[in-house]
Amino acid sequence: MNFDFSEDQKLVQKTARDYLDEQSGLDVCRAVLESGKPYDTDLWKGIAEMGWLGVAVDEVHGGAGMGYLELVLIAEEVGRALAPIPFASSVYLCTEAIQRFGSPEQQKKYLPRLAAGEVIGTGAFFEGPGDLDASTIELKLQDGKLDGEKWPVPDGDVAGLAVALAQDGQGRLSMVLVDLEGDGVTKTSLGSIDPSRSQAKLRFEAAPAEVLGEAGHGWDQTEALLDRAALLLAFEQIGGAERALEITKEQTMGRYAFGRPVASFQAIKHRMADLYCAIEIARSNAYYGAYALSNDLAEELAVAAPSARSAASDAFDLAGQEMIQFHGGVGFTWEYDCHLFYRRAKALSVALGSPAAWREKLVARLEAREAQ
Amino acid sequence: MDFNDTPEEAAFRTKAYAWLSANAKLRDPNEYVDMLGEREDDAAIQAAKDWQSKKYDEGWAVLTWPKEFGGQGLGRMENVIWNQEDAKFATPTNIYTIGHGMLGPTIMAHGTPEQQKRYIPNMARGQEVWCQLFSEPAAGSDLAGLRSTAVRDGDEWVLNGQKIWSTGAHYCDWGMVVVRTDPNVVKHAGLTYFIVDMRSPGVEVRPIKQINGGSAFNEVFFTDVRVPAENRLGAEGDGWSVSLTTLMNERVAIGAGAGAGRFKDLLRLARQSRMNGKPAIEDSAVRQKLASIYIRSKGLQYTGMRTLSALSQGATPGPEGSIGKAVGGPLAQEIASFAIEMQGAAGGLLDEGSTPMEGMWQNAYLSSPGMRIAGGTDEILRNIIAERVLRMPPEMRVDKKIAFRDVPTGPPGS
Ligand SMILES: Cc1cc2nc3c(=O)[nH]c(=O)nc-3n(C[C@H](O)[C@H](O)[C@H](O)COP(=O)(O)OP(=O)(O)OC[C@H]3O[C@@H](n4cnc5c(N)ncnc54)[C@H](O)[C@@H]3O)c2cc1C
Repeated sequence: MNFDFSEDQKLVQKTARDYLDEQSGLDVCRAVLESGKPYDTDLWKGIAEMGWLGVAVDEVHGGAGMGYLELVLIAEEVGRALAPIPFASSVYLCTEAIQRFGSPEQQKKYLPRLAAGEVIGTGAFFEGPGDLDASTIELKLQDGKLDGEKWPVPDGDVAGLAVALAQDGQGRLSMVLVDLEGDGVTKTSLGSIDPSRSQAKLRFEAAPAEVLGEAGHGWDQTEALLDRAALLLAFEQIGGAERALEITKEQTMGRYAFGRPVASFQAIKHRMADLYCAIEIARSNAYYGAYALSNDLAEELAVAAPSARSAASDAFDLAGQEMIQFHGGVGFTWEYDCHLFYRRAKALSVALGSPAAWREKLVARLEAREAQ
Repeated sequence: MDFNDTPEEAAFRTKAYAWLSANAKLRDPNEYVDMLGEREDDAAIQAAKDWQSKKYDEGWAVLTWPKEFGGQGLGRMENVIWNQEDAKFATPTNIYTIGHGMLGPTIMAHGTPEQQKRYIPNMARGQEVWCQLFSEPAAGSDLAGLRSTAVRDGDEWVLNGQKIWSTGAHYCDWGMVVVRTDPNVVKHAGLTYFIVDMRSPGVEVRPIKQINGGSAFNEVFFTDVRVPAENRLGAEGDGWSVSLTTLMNERVAIGAGAGAGRFKDLLRLARQSRMNGKPAIEDSAVRQKLASIYIRSKGLQYTGMRTLSALSQGATPGPEGSIGKAVGGPLAQEIASFAIEMQGAAGGLLDEGSTPMEGMWQNAYLSSPGMRIAGGTDEILRNIIAERVLRMPPEMRVDKKIAFRDVPTGPPGS
């Protein structure tokens, strides 16, 4: 047994961190948040040139042909930097879906463009508030045309390609690919608690779409896809949580009250220790998920992904909340960066459905596994 | 990243399993785990000693100890594999955790060649059992505040005072003890470490009854106990640094958390119990809690494996290890509490024949508070994580720069 990343993989991570330290300081995140721009285009171009959009994509399709152990580490760094780019939407949702379920023709057509960052991809699953439910999907697929709405769709306002979940009128669900620049698509930007990332509503009126994977298997495919995305997003959350912890620690070391650093008060130290433990518990679950993902152990991933997802959501949320608390009044100002973390943490924690839904998924799968 | 055994590890696992199956009975997988682990009557102690000497004679004892000390010179990974296989079998109570995990390594690090020769082989073979006599009524978390004394008298030291919470002292042959040899210097400087024959005149062991009804720990009184000078471990006044070796090993000796066996039992209980008019397993509050418990248990197990990977690649055990106990202690209590609540009114019973699941959760509930105190309390572990992992400032101290006799204390008996 060796439960650690290799030296080469750690080098990939270090390169990513160095690059993002240079190119994606918190001012870059703040600039997007304050400007109302959907994302930072320079950073997007930059990471495309670094090859990050195709880390786990085969070389024949323009990718780097590395693997998921490299991708999770880059995800951690993207999360750590609070990078204001549609990385998760394009890579974990769209590219992954095509890589996993696309026909050779679809892969040939779309993967190189996604890997090069020429087109931004996303995933359109939700239809309004509440968790995803196979029985309530309304988006209709008939004769290769889509009708209905999807929202919220992350980065839906800037994406050119979406993978979506639709039904055929007889309760059969399919995963489809839809060109968002094509006919019959209306995009409306939506406000967000984390304006450093954009959200949209997509309206389809007879929009041409092609089935991805097997018709009628849309729900299983979506579950499998969301498991993978959940794990990758967990790494982003862990990266963000750890950065929040570091910044908070520095702040409490330098701030004096009652003649001593506030970091010397036990009420703060103990809660920082609890935060550290929460992050490590999430990290260990996520590492196990990375092992399952990179070895294509679907059954292990089915349990590891919701575990990592739920633990990482809790850890990042806690980090964002404690960060403001331990900064005191300045933590509540627009000027300090605490709210960037606080916002990102909450937005990510619900991005693929509520943490409670992931915990429910976990228990259902554990039960099924016990019953075998 | 690979969770599978390497070919060498797999071969070792097979060998360990084969030896165990030839010498012990497989555990019934449906049997409830006895979490008390406190069967300590004479017969149980003898069975433990017989088992240990058999392991020793056939090359399966103190696997990680160097060969020169009677061990097998194996790595931590092999030790974990051994423990995993051993857990499948019904083997006698382990009464050697403290000796083999903490005290042996301390003698290896600080003992003279004579001391090592005299004590280590017998400890390895398990014929002599050892206890740790550190804590005192007035010194637990603040161990360096201890008050028992030793005064030199020719070739001997004369010990007086009281130790407390001494696990296993009632069946042990030897004790390792830290006492104050100089009250006129600062508290950490005046301590010295000794090896004490528990059968010496003047040593009195009185069992203490615990909240769970067991008596695994004791009070130990020293009245003019004479200890030969050659039983001093380390130099006079070096007791603190020698005890740090013991305490460092304590962190490593404490295992990698609850694990999945208990989760299986918890799931079984949720299926058997009814809550809010339906099987508890169908209640969403129960399901959410089950998920949260599973995630933390697995998180601890995988954290242990991450540590193990780092250690087997040559890292030294660090303060990060505190997370296992900091999270695992309260978690064990939370699990037991939740399980009792799932049993409804009958959860309040502890009655052979009537309590569901043979009372395992009730016993776990009554034992779990001890895990949050022994070997570093929850609060001390959080201090360690904050100060040594996160490097936040240490506590403000009022006892550091003054002579021990001037350190403020509470009223007598507190
Ligand atoms: C089951 C069991 C087995 C044991 N076995 C042994 C053994 O074999 N040998 C041995 O020597 N000892 C043993 N102990 C003793 C154990 O190490 C001590 O009980 C423990 O270190 C706590 O010390 P204390 O009991 O004096 O509590 P105290 O130190 O008095 O603590 C009281 C409370 O104050 C808190 N506290 C203390 N200092 C701080 C601080 N700086 N910051 C915040 N909070 C603080 C504690 O966390 C606790 O909540 C055992 C204990 C138990 C429960």
